[in-house]
Amino acid sequence: MRLKLAGLLIVTSTLSASAALADVYDLKIDQFERTVEGKTLTGVSINGASPGPLLRLHEGEDVTINVTNTLAVDTSLHWHGIILNAKMDGVPGISFDGIAPGETYTYHFTAKQSGTYWYHGHSALQEQEGVFAPIIIEPAAPEPFQYDREHVVILSDWLNDSPYKALANLKKRSNYYNYNRRTVFDLWRDWRNADGAQKTNVIKERLAWGRMRMDPSDIVDITGYTFLVNGETPQDNWNALFEPGEKIRLRFINAAAMTYFDVKIPGLKMTVVQADGQNIEPISVDEFPIAIAETFDVIVEPEAGKSYTIFAAAKDRSGYARGTISETPGAEAAIPELGPRPELTMTAMGGSHGDHGITNDKPKSAETGMEGMAMGMSADDHAGYGSMSAMETGPIVLSYADLRALTPYTDRRAPDREIELRLTGNMERYVWSIDDVKFGDAGPLELNYGERVRITFKNETMMEHPMHLHGLWMDLVNGEGDMAPRKHTITIRPGETISADVTVDATGSWAFHCHILQHAATGMFRKVTVIGGPQ
Amino acid sequence: MKYIFLLAGVLATAPASPAFAAEGDPVYNYTLMEADIAEIDNETVGAWDAQGWIGGDYNRFWWKSEGALTDGNFEDAEIQALYSRNISRFWDAQVGVRYDLEPKGETYGVIGLQGLAPYFFEVDAAAFVSSSGEVSARFDATGELLFTQRLILKPGVAFDFFAERDRSRQIGSGLSTAEFSAQLRYEFTRELAPYVELAYQKAYGETADFQRAATGSDDDTVFKIGLRTMF
Repeated sequence: MRLKLAGLLIVTSTLSASAALADVYDLKIDQFERTVEGKTLTGVSINGASPGPLLRLHEGEDVTINVTNTLAVDTSLHWHGIILNAKMDGVPGISFDGIAPGETYTYHFTAKQSGTYWYHGHSALQEQEGVFAPIIIEPAAPEPFQYDREHVVILSDWLNDSPYKALANLKKRSNYYNYNRRTVFDLWRDWRNADGAQKTNVIKERLAWGRMRMDPSDIVDITGYTFLVNGETPQDNWNALFEPGEKIRLRFINAAAMTYFDVKIPGLKMTVVQADGQNIEPISVDEFPIAIAETFDVIVEPEAGKSYTIFAAAKDRSGYARGTISETPGAEAAIPELGPRPELTMTAMGGSHGDHGITNDKPKSAETGMEGMAMGMSADDHAGYGSMSAMETGPIVLSYADLRALTPYTDRRAPDREIELRLTGNMERYVWSIDDVKFGDAGPLELNYGERVRITFKNETMMEHPMHLHGLWMDLVNGEGDMAPRKHTITIRPGETISADVTVDATGSWAFHCHILQHAATGMFRKVTVIGGPQ
Repeated sequence: MKYIFLLAGVLATAPASPAFAAEGDPVYNYTLMEADIAEIDNETVGAWDAQGWIGGDYNRFWWKSEGALTDGNFEDAEIQALYSRNISRFWDAQVGVRYDLEPKGETYGVIGLQGLAPYFFEVDAAAFVSSSGEVSARFDATGELLFTQRLILKPGVAFDFFAERDRSRQIGSGLSTAEFSAQLRYEFTRELAPYVELAYQKAYGETADFQRAATGSDDDTVFKIGLRTMF
């Protein structure tokens, strides 16, 4: 009980500090301890907490943030999705030299946008150690949607070990953390369950994976996570309070280092109104997948006297993050089943075409829940989690094809040129790369100021990758034409090809990388340099 | 030899911790050791098979050692020091030296290939040239079958080849010996796994003749109990 009250207090204190319209913010990067399931580990925090304090800014505000490093190693903070001067972007080696131990670095920028964003460490594996926090930028004009109360729902993953040790373990043995590999008994069971002609397919499938030296059970790199909502475990049960009759805005942020979530609130429909801080045409869904670094703002209308579980299932179904929407603190609602652990299917791999092949035209979510959620992944069961919906209609799951900008963005030119980036990796060696070249061995990606360039991602690996471009918006080519939404983070599934058009309207050098932390750390990273433009 | 140590020294001084947006190539390492005992001809034989590497993603210093001892006497003991270079997705080319302490002090040049073959077979193939110009080669491959997530069967084959007959070591030319093994290990943790292993060793050609003359048979079945550690 004490923990929950403390959680409430932290939220209130950050809100009131920012409500005082302070445009100078002081942040301190320091160590902190967290105990989960009896194990105490030291992490890194912002102002003593993880998640760190909410920064509530206003569109048009001149922001000054002083960041003091009390660690024994370098640190940094990056403002994710924020359009600002390249030198203020917070990436050591690209924007600046990082913040040395004992040093205080001052960031300056003018908030030129509105919406839900976040900020996080960009040094070593500090983001996994706890350095992340939410940003809300209040718009200058009224919001195009109505709500009475809001809550930030920042999802994260907390490892039961040092992430540095985890990476060293992956370099020794890439399947170190995979305790879900196929056994001879799985083969026996699949053989028995298949009838007649299908039996040979069971063998053929095993052999096909063996030939490729790939493992279909390889969904995530690291296991041993506890998933948190606003820093609280499922047992802590973070509460989003509401008063009867209120419309609630939930600002979902996936601040995990290594985890994708599938989010639903059983019994409550969600109207998605923003993606990556940008207004979209409202769409009503039952569930939505949220890739690492993405944000989605949803409006819900809970009924009086009821409690609802905010359920964020980790993509490998090894666990979940949960909170409760209720009128009274401490209330709980039924927690849905996690569902079966997914496995990769052959159709996802090797660039096979067909229904879910390499195409930008993802089926609309209203058609089937299965396709919307996990193209190329199969849970033994049918769509979504199957818990709420009957066999007739699957749950409505948000997909990229559903995202439509509320108002079209100004630059609608066709791209001048196309840059193809193959997302590559060597799982055996735990090396991740772009075009088979690691960051340290690659030159910068050069863009010309003023051009409109199409970036086409071709995922040749067996994992999904959330690609994040700093400093420039990516207009997702999702079949919505001029109403294409713009994003700072785009996820590409195994075997998939996705394009985004970029208006190069910023100068300087920017980071461009997979936001799965260990992938960025091992080489799936590039420096983008804009040639020309006002200096 | 001194160039191997120089390389190792260079690799050892490279930064050890990974960094987000790091320009450099951090250094990692790996060690795998198997040590077991067996009863062979009423004698207790202890044996070890170990290897490891230190380095980056594409360039590594790789060491290997194996041997056996009976009643405190080393029957066989060798150590290899290699430069291992990643040449393709699943393969490393290796070059270096091997020094045999027993049964006869001997130095060899080594050139080899190590990696993962289709169907997840770990393969190690190497050719050796001794200081006196004798050529020999080895090939071994192991597979993996899971009974549970921790109970793992490792089938293996290993072949020894010699270009020329060597009477002093009772070895004939061509395919000399082959070993077919099955190891069952239980991984309490990834780092610690006790195992039992059944190995069938067979001699061929002139090596078989030598063996039959010395011991009366050209093959042997050995049951071993051991411990595997990885770190």
